[in-house]
Amino acid sequence: MNTLHEDLKKYLSGLREKKRSSLLPALLKAQELFGYVPEETVDEISRVLRVPPVDIYGVIEFYSLLYSEPTAQTIIRICTSPVCASKGSEKIKKALCEYLGVPEGTPSPDKRFMVESVQCLGMCDHAPSALVGEKTLTKIGSMKIPDLLTAAESKPENKVSGKNPVLSKRCCTGDPENIDEYLDSGGFGGLKFAMTMDEERILEVIKTSGLRGRGGAGFPAGIKGESTAGKREDIIRYVVCNADESEPGSFKDRVLLSTDPFTILEGMLIAAFAIKARKGYIYIRGEYFEQRRIFVSIIESARKRGYLGENIFGTGFSFDVEVRSGAGAYICGEETALFESIEGKRGIPRNKPPFPVTKGLFNQPTEINNVETFGYMTRIMENLAKNGDAKEYKPVSGTKLFCLSGDVVRPGVYEMPFGTKLKDLVFDYGGGIPGGRKPKAIVLGGASGMFVPEAMWDIPLDHEHLEQAGLVMGSGVIMVFDERRDILKIVLEIAEFFKHESCGKCYPCQLGTARQLEILKRIDEGAVEPDDCGKLEDIAYTMTNGSICGLGQTAGSAVMSALQLWPEIFKKEGVSVL
Amino acid sequence: MSTEKITITVDGKKITVPSGVTILQAAESAGITIPTICFHEQLTPPGLCRQCVVEVEGARRLQPSCISSVREGMVVKTDSEKVRRVRRTNLEMLSAVTDLSESPEIVRQMKQLDADEERFAASPRGSLKDDNPFYIRDYTKCILCMRCVQVCSSDIQFSYALAAGGRGFDSRIATFYNKDLPDTTCVFCGNCIQVCPTGALKAKTEGNSTGVQHDEA
Repeated sequence: MNTLHEDLKKYLSGLREKKRSSLLPALLKAQELFGYVPEETVDEISRVLRVPPVDIYGVIEFYSLLYSEPTAQTIIRICTSPVCASKGSEKIKKALCEYLGVPEGTPSPDKRFMVESVQCLGMCDHAPSALVGEKTLTKIGSMKIPDLLTAAESKPENKVSGKNPVLSKRCCTGDPENIDEYLDSGGFGGLKFAMTMDEERILEVIKTSGLRGRGGAGFPAGIKGESTAGKREDIIRYVVCNADESEPGSFKDRVLLSTDPFTILEGMLIAAFAIKARKGYIYIRGEYFEQRRIFVSIIESARKRGYLGENIFGTGFSFDVEVRSGAGAYICGEETALFESIEGKRGIPRNKPPFPVTKGLFNQPTEINNVETFGYMTRIMENLAKNGDAKEYKPVSGTKLFCLSGDVVRPGVYEMPFGTKLKDLVFDYGGGIPGGRKPKAIVLGGASGMFVPEAMWDIPLDHEHLEQAGLVMGSGVIMVFDERRDILKIVLEIAEFFKHESCGKCYPCQLGTARQLEILKRIDEGAVEPDDCGKLEDIAYTMTNGSICGLGQTAGSAVMSALQLWPEIFKKEGVSVL
Repeated sequence: MSTEKITITVDGKKITVPSGVTILQAAESAGITIPTICFHEQLTPPGLCRQCVVEVEGARRLQPSCISSVREGMVVKTDSEKVRRVRRTNLEMLSAVTDLSESPEIVRQMKQLDADEERFAASPRGSLKDDNPFYIRDYTKCILCMRCVQVCSSDIQFSYALAAGGRGFDSRIATFYNKDLPDTTCVFCGNCIQVCPTGALKAKTEGNSTGVQHDEA
């Protein structure tokens, strides 16, 4: 038995929970050791965790970062989602493959490198980007091909701009991992104040603050907390932080986790105290290696100082957080798919009801929120601590993080008051389009969002105005494309994304994302058929109304909005209409 | 199931049913048939084919009737244009990728919905596997209803020879590292053959052991 197998055995025997919920960490460990998950290791993992081998194989096949066949020493993942693609990432990928003399997905003859496409690395403010092994490379457009293979890490600049920062006031102010700095700036003040309050009062405050979930669906956070909470102490409840940020165009959670992770942890603690949860998880997407490392380190510091663990500050409240890594599946950002993933299964969404608040992780009541949402919980409690528990409590959830990227002078994360006009954000704060070019299209909400008609570019960015206009806030993604960009190509990339990320459970999405892409590809090649628009409409309708989860329900949104705004590009008149 | 009775309206008809039953069961009790594909009475309904979706007043999306419980005063439409459009497109897409020649029930549903099997370009998926003396596994006929996986695992047999593999459109029924059935934990109990609705899984004794083309040497 070689040393790698010994290492894996050691890892497995060191696992605290020898059961299925440890499957993903175990597989990621095997992947890290061997460069793939060899059959023999599955037998070993199966024995220790008592999971049927065939189920483990199904899990390996589901996740993009796990391989059942040998790969290469270093996998180079080039981001091909709309913003990086518009900045030439496809060309870079092709050139890299040519240089190595192997097609995408095939290891080089010396087994040192393998090139792959990846769907959005969350680096859209530094496009085009790549992941070389665990190293992030930003703005690779100016790099020479061979240098890409050996370049030193070029970390993204993590900052938040905008006016009157509320959530982001601590971002970029010092060492994000230093708990003393956090405490000196008033950190954990919100939690300490919360711990003097009635649980019900905390939930009421969050409710009256008007805080809505920041992951995309915008569900009122207070109601979620209230529905998860309950009088009985003997019921196991969980708090889960969804940091599986993978929406093309979204990178705010990366910035928050990189620059102010304690604020997120504090929000989780406040939520846990309010609903009497003893255990929390933060599920961070697999490609965010750096952010995971940071969170593991701050949890360690918090534990040492008594902010996590048993009987926190003698209050009788006990809580701890486990960091979990995703393994390359956008669908795991869907709350129930995320639970399945933590439970060691394929990331397949469950049918709802039951909802997470009654049956969530391990079938127990679970409050799951986006990173940003937990951050605002901390701010709400801090504000309350400062201003007292007054009846006429003034909400502080009036700002939102927006991710601005694409053809703008100053891409980045902006914290803006709700109601900021889209065009002000893009053209004033973002500096408009570089090089004096004209804007062509703005996508709001990411791949699952929509193209905004030019007549609506002055729309105030808040839930009410957007919903009225049939648009969505999503996670706050704004992607801008200038006059040089081909709309059909952007739509194709979005369709490609959904086909790649559909879990395959329900027919509308499993079949619809594939048929949608096939038709768009054909249109792009000029082989338009008379009923193509009708087919695309039927597919989108079926996915929207019939799919199990939000992925399928929005997989046709961008396509439909483009079809409405630019019907001519779906007909390619004069090319080869049958 | 409780003995409490509630009243709902299905396709304009008021019906009284025990609370706790599904919309599908309620409709059936009133003689209204809702088409299904993945649903099987003896198995945990996975609610994945979405063919049984119905319109429920007040709900934003269509609801899968096989797993949605009735509520007092619920108003359900089982055959509205919205419902038919989703079912029809669903089947048109399914027939473009699957050999439905041995799926009479699905073919019947297609006729009833006036679905055009040639609407979407034919893009067959799956392949035929003939790796044992007992069964043929013709995955060109597989509709990924997951019944075989269910019966092979915790719904009946606990053999764990089959699982869902791949992802998205490329999902498939997999064995451990794609091994031939005899090299897996399969005990050839035949449960999967029993529940397969499309002829993708068949016993060779039915006279189909000859004349099949191997796709793998």
